[in-house]
Amino acid sequence: MINKLDEALRFQQTVLNLRGARQELLSSNIANADTPGYKARDFDFASALQNAVAGSAGKLPLVTTSAEHLAGYTGSNASGTPALYRRPDQPSADGNTVNMDVERAQAADNALHYEASVNFLSARLKDMTTVLQP
Amino acid sequence: MSLFNIFNIAGSGMAAQSQRLNVVASNLANADSTTSSNGKPYRAKEVVFSATPMGAADAQGVKVVSVAESTAPMKLVYDPGHPMADENGYVSMPNVNVVDEMVNMISASRSYQNNVDVLNTSKTLLIKTLTIGQ
Repeated sequence: MINKLDEALRFQQTVLNLRGARQELLSSNIANADTPGYKARDFDFASALQNAVAGSAGKLPLVTTSAEHLAGYTGSNASGTPALYRRPDQPSADGNTVNMDVERAQAADNALHYEASVNFLSARLKDMTTVLQP
Repeated sequence: MSLFNIFNIAGSGMAAQSQRLNVVASNLANADSTTSSNGKPYRAKEVVFSATPMGAADAQGVKVVSVAESTAPMKLVYDPGHPMADENGYVSMPNVNVVDEMVNMISASRSYQNNVDVLNTSKTLLIKTLTIGQ
């Protein structure tokens, strides 16, 4: 029974986790809109969700031939999907690639999707409680 | 948790922008200060922003690493009657560019507003999350 519950809720839970991580990344971009040399970052949500649902970490480990070798930095990631750099459409002289319009639009979109997932999760729980009524 | 970390990121952005606004206020107030605590004319100051990791590896906040003095040449004004005039009758006026400062002020205030909006969105999402299952 417990694993059925987990199965029913896991997908939306994964979505919420990823949406939260993405919101954090977008807020970093907005906070650093005036930092010289800062490169805006984001991750591809669709592939991140696929990786997270499939349970596969999408990063390649560094091959080591000796125990003395360092493990290597495989890049930061949100559930196995690395955060990539945005391609600047209007590069600025100070090397900053944050486009505030894009970031704000993506943040609003992400927040809306987060709320939608919260609603779906709530509806799922409501369904369950309805079934449990005597 | 990523959504809580947004408070730190947006907060660091707000703190940095308000310090920038503070420096702008200082520059505008001292646009005509021909002398300062070190006996020399006031020099325009500028904040230097730097991205700094905050919590997770992906999350970057902002930090003011230093407040640098502008190296622009001083404005020389011919005013032989001025107490700070040199032997040729010129007074060194501060190298504050009022237009630059006004632009800086508007930019700082807009960036501050963006960070406030990000913080509010994150708060809304957290409150929404607390309603799961109600």
